[in-house]
Amino acid sequence: MLLKILYRNAFRHKLRTALTVFGVLVAILAFSLLRTVIDAWYAGVEASSSTRLITRNSISLIFSLPLSYREKIRQADGVTGVSYGNWFGGYYIEPKNFFANFALESKSYLDLYPEYVFQGQEKAAFLRDRKGAVAGRKLAERFGWKVGDTITLKGTIFPGDWPLVLRAIYRGKDKTVDETQLFFHWDYLNEVIRKTRPARADQVGFYILGVNHARDAARTAATVDALFRNSLAETLTETEKAFQLSFVSMSEVIITVIQLVSIVVIVIILAVVANTMAMSVRERLWEYAVFKTLGFSGGQIALLILGESLVITTLGGALGILLTFPVVNVFAQAVGQFFPTFNVDRMTIYLACVASVLVGVIAAIFPMRQAIRVHIAEGLRRVG
Amino acid sequence: MNANAPLVALRQVSKSYRRGSQLIRVLENITLDIAEGAFLALMGPSGSGKSTLLNLIAGLDQADEGSILVGGVDITALSETELARWRASNVGFIFQFYNLIPVLTAFENVELPLLLSGLSKRQRREHVATALSLVRLEDRLDHYPRQLSGGQQQRVAIARALVTDPAILVADEPTGDLDRTSAEEVLALMERFNSAIGKTIIMVTHDPRAGKRAHSIEYLDKGVLSDAPQDTLS
Repeated sequence: MLLKILYRNAFRHKLRTALTVFGVLVAILAFSLLRTVIDAWYAGVEASSSTRLITRNSISLIFSLPLSYREKIRQADGVTGVSYGNWFGGYYIEPKNFFANFALESKSYLDLYPEYVFQGQEKAAFLRDRKGAVAGRKLAERFGWKVGDTITLKGTIFPGDWPLVLRAIYRGKDKTVDETQLFFHWDYLNEVIRKTRPARADQVGFYILGVNHARDAARTAATVDALFRNSLAETLTETEKAFQLSFVSMSEVIITVIQLVSIVVIVIILAVVANTMAMSVRERLWEYAVFKTLGFSGGQIALLILGESLVITTLGGALGILLTFPVVNVFAQAVGQFFPTFNVDRMTIYLACVASVLVGVIAAIFPMRQAIRVHIAEGLRRVG
Repeated sequence: MNANAPLVALRQVSKSYRRGSQLIRVLENITLDIAEGAFLALMGPSGSGKSTLLNLIAGLDQADEGSILVGGVDITALSETELARWRASNVGFIFQFYNLIPVLTAFENVELPLLLSGLSKRQRREHVATALSLVRLEDRLDHYPRQLSGGQQQRVAIARALVTDPAILVADEPTGDLDRTSAEEVLALMERFNSAIGKTIIMVTHDPRAGKRAHSIEYLDKGVLSDAPQDTLS
């Protein structure tokens, strides 16, 4: 019966309740969307492996390292595999068609990245073709590419047209894997450069190292960097996660602002729900006085108000969470080129649930206090 | 409890309210006995302290001084929680404006006090059906207060007051918001419950017709019990 009362109370003023539920819905949707944007920012970090290290020039990523380091790195204690590559920085047809593209030592690279899944013989076909390229599923879908298509990239760091043949399309092992990249053979890039700009030949942007265990990472990184100390190109080796984080940290201010906005949205809706509950309880103080007259305790009355508040916020929260998925899908299509993975994380859903419940509880505190404290005779005097 | 002892015994009861810096004395040394089975009307001019006295007897308010014994229990010594529990099982309330919960049907409004009684759902249903049939509203069980006339709402309120079978029924201006016919119906019901099942009724009223239905009248003037003026019931 008490459940019935709190439910009916919640929908007594249909327009007011509908608007408040809508407000909670929008707030939870905004909260979840902003959290998803933040997660997308960190997606590369989350997807990175703790058994992979990145070695780059210690001055900056834009300075290269000699190819000759490869053998020394391979022999370093703890290293199980080495690959290397360059950020190519090309675009497709026109500059707005931008996406991540790399020239990589493909065989060793794919050995280090088992999370890229290929169909049938596509991987072998790619490895055989000097001008072959691999694209992620989402990228291929974006431009309508099919295996066998010729894709001409326009180089920015390495100027000119770079015709490539799409030999394979990879899928991620799970949702965290970036499916918006393209890569081709570093040997092809180096051959062309050797002819056109010999001074830039045999230089790599980064090395990717495999280690057996995450616990070996720090020791192996120190060993590798020690090999090249006091050389012309000193190295900085860090875990793939730290490497990705260094990119994310460049936009830390933006991320902090987004995080703040997501919290502010919740605080605003808290004020709105608290106002709704305060209005409702003020209008019904006489009813709570009647409940008290009949022998109901302050705790039972508080539960009625808390329940009513929770009905409103959890309903709005549930609708907001349900709506998050289609909205995120639409958002992902619009900004897919900036965020390779754009998925609603389970933690975001948990946080949205917690936020809905917390808003319901906090918004009910003052009205509960008011109703518990109402003096029966005073409360009944308001009638009529 | 002594068989001859009054059901309600007030001794030297006083009550004041503070309004700003001013202390307003509402009741002054009230001593009053009300026998079991009585039908008492509390009358007097507005602001004389009738409703305050009723609230004290019903345990809705606390006296500043004096003692109030109801059925041998000194209710001035009870804590707020104990008082709430005591009210739930000993007092039935009838208000001027009915005070029915608008989101509940007639049936549910009457069932409300029984939620604290520990009765099973089936037992509650039987009690509610009986109470509503006593006020002849068995055909209005599913009606919400807004779908009932004033007289019908007051009858639902009477059924709610009776459903726990309390020792006392307190009524604050029960006919104050009703037309003449409905008021007569309500008064007739109260009279019947007093005479047929021996309910002790304490009623605050301005209405001489209601006063005439009572078996005795106590007149309050400026917070003190006094003799009723000649024209009280005319």
